[in-house]
Amino acid sequence: MTEPILQVRDLVKHFPVQQGVVFKKTIGHVRAVDGVSFDLNRGETLGVVGESGCGKSTLAQVLMRLEQPTSGSALFEGADMFGKKSAAELRSLRRDMQVVLQDPYTSLNPRKTVGDIIGEPFEIHPEVAPKGDRQRRVQELLDTVGLNPEHVRRYPHQFSGGQRQRIGIARALALKPKVIVCDEPVSALDVSIQAQVMNLLGELQSEFGLSYIFIAHDLGVVRHLSDRVAVMYLGKVVETGTEDQIYEHPQHPYTQALLSSVPVPDPSLRNRRETIRLSGDVPSPASPPSGCRFRTRCWKAEDICAEQQPELAVRLDGGELAPDAEQGHPSACHFAERNEHVVS
Amino acid sequence: MSATDDGTGGSPKPRLLEVQDLHVEFRTREATANVLNGVGYHVDEGETLAVLGESGSGKSVTAQTVMGILDTPPGFATAGTVRYRGEELLSAKEERRRELRGENMAMIFQDALSALNPVYTVGFQIAEQFRFRRGMSRKDATAKAAEMLDLVKIPNAKQRVKEFPHQFSGGMRQRAMIAMSLALDPDLLIADEPTTALDVTVQAQIMDLLDELRRERDMGLILITHDLGVVAEVADRIAVMYAGRVVEESDAESLYKRPAHPYTEGLMESIPRLDQKGEELASIKGLPPNLADIPPGCPFHPRCHRAEEECRETVPELHELRAGRHSACHFAEELISRD
Repeated sequence: MTEPILQVRDLVKHFPVQQGVVFKKTIGHVRAVDGVSFDLNRGETLGVVGESGCGKSTLAQVLMRLEQPTSGSALFEGADMFGKKSAAELRSLRRDMQVVLQDPYTSLNPRKTVGDIIGEPFEIHPEVAPKGDRQRRVQELLDTVGLNPEHVRRYPHQFSGGQRQRIGIARALALKPKVIVCDEPVSALDVSIQAQVMNLLGELQSEFGLSYIFIAHDLGVVRHLSDRVAVMYLGKVVETGTEDQIYEHPQHPYTQALLSSVPVPDPSLRNRRETIRLSGDVPSPASPPSGCRFRTRCWKAEDICAEQQPELAVRLDGGELAPDAEQGHPSACHFAERNEHVVS
Repeated sequence: MSATDDGTGGSPKPRLLEVQDLHVEFRTREATANVLNGVGYHVDEGETLAVLGESGSGKSVTAQTVMGILDTPPGFATAGTVRYRGEELLSAKEERRRELRGENMAMIFQDALSALNPVYTVGFQIAEQFRFRRGMSRKDATAKAAEMLDLVKIPNAKQRVKEFPHQFSGGMRQRAMIAMSLALDPDLLIADEPTTALDVTVQAQIMDLLDELRRERDMGLILITHDLGVVAEVADRIAVMYAGRVVEESDAESLYKRPAHPYTEGLMESIPRLDQKGEELASIKGLPPNLADIPPGCPFHPRCHRAEEECRETVPELHELRAGRHSACHFAEELISRD
């Protein structure tokens, strides 16, 4: 095994909830991310799935250092990411980690030409492309993401949603990063266009050896692109494993319910599929339930679930901790049990 | 859950809504966009018709024209008919249309938060219909509103009627919208992307609820969506739209088994499946056409892998291939009969 490119340990991000106009008083915390750990290997895609409010986008922001974490650590190529850093150190870190955002309509400056948007990273990192070379580099990038290189002088509004997302990807690629955090990159796009962009992301990964953190709520999309998957619920990872382990042998009740809720595009399976329906909505991350956070919607919940927070560990059927951690994959449930039939 | 296996023994149900050859233009200073170019579909009592299409295909505009809530200007219905139980609507007076809305046909929208009025309680907004359309007192109307919230399975409905939309979660707002649309017991419900803004676990709850209410009330349901998964779970029949036309119409099962239009086929191949790890997704190349400048011939031909000379010249009409299967492709017969 090679060393992971990114190691995240116990990452926590709480947002204070304040009251008062002049004398602000903190009355609570939104626990957006509450103790998340994972490794990202080189050339690998880690999918992060979960519903709205589970903290997946906050995770992206903290990893990009757009938000300062409350606690926890992350090592990028063995070096600490969150400690005090000089501007130069931060700049070099950001060169290696780029982001692709969800909304291609608001993430591109409407007053700039595509050439300026994609070329802007070079202003900050002139060492990547000397001034005279920039135009050529930008055109190369446009070509790489499947856009016409002659369109450098056009403005974002002259492009469709899918094309704009390609521009966002070109901008992320400009500095030859090692890791790209993709925060719902295809969810604003129509299916036929979504497939084009997903294929592009796949091609770029093998061409440039990129590692992706792929955040999405669409489980089909995540399966398609990911090598490993982490399922999040209310700021915590409830289950993590390879794409196959999560989709074919999910252990955590939430993962099972989530997979079971996804409609299958095959009318002949209608009413023949085992379905798990959750009741209610996700509780507020400002006051998450005690113990296991999923217990308020879980059909397996017992007293212990309210008292004791289940840790994320490899478990046997029935929820006991497995003595041999090499087998199976970690899940955070007192009553974890494999279910092989949720997907089809 | 098709209308025919509800124990009716396959006898045809009365036709609820029939749209024929509907044309709508959007006129702006710069250009005229041909948003609908001869849309036709129908819904029977108790049936779920799914209207499937990508953004700009005209699925919502058709629904707005049916409901009589199309913004005019810029939208103008220039030709075609919309019949509700045989009654022509496009030429009907606004008063008559207003009578039908709510009472006979109702619509729910994707974004329930912006469809609800933030300064009135949810109960007040539902009760309004009982007060103005049924002449009930405020108190009785509010009690009825609580009943409606209970019907859509909002827990603690008696308390909830007094709350404001922002105090409801996304799923509950959509439930409240459904309660509001069903208040006057319409027999046609148009749901325009009702679950697109919701999480999957909540989406599943809402779709189950809609299907249950449809069955109980023998309501016709038009489900507008772009999600092929949702469609497969609830639709009896499907109309696939592209560039302001219905390009394929079929019962759900046959359509998924063997699409009779290359666009439908392309759509199906573009979805990343949950039950398989694919390599490359087959995507449809190119982009949907600019509606102000639709290509001649078949509007899909620039993106179609099997387009030939004929497709560039002649617009294929929606024609019947087998009982209940229609396609607007010159090569539909080939598509449907290959192994």
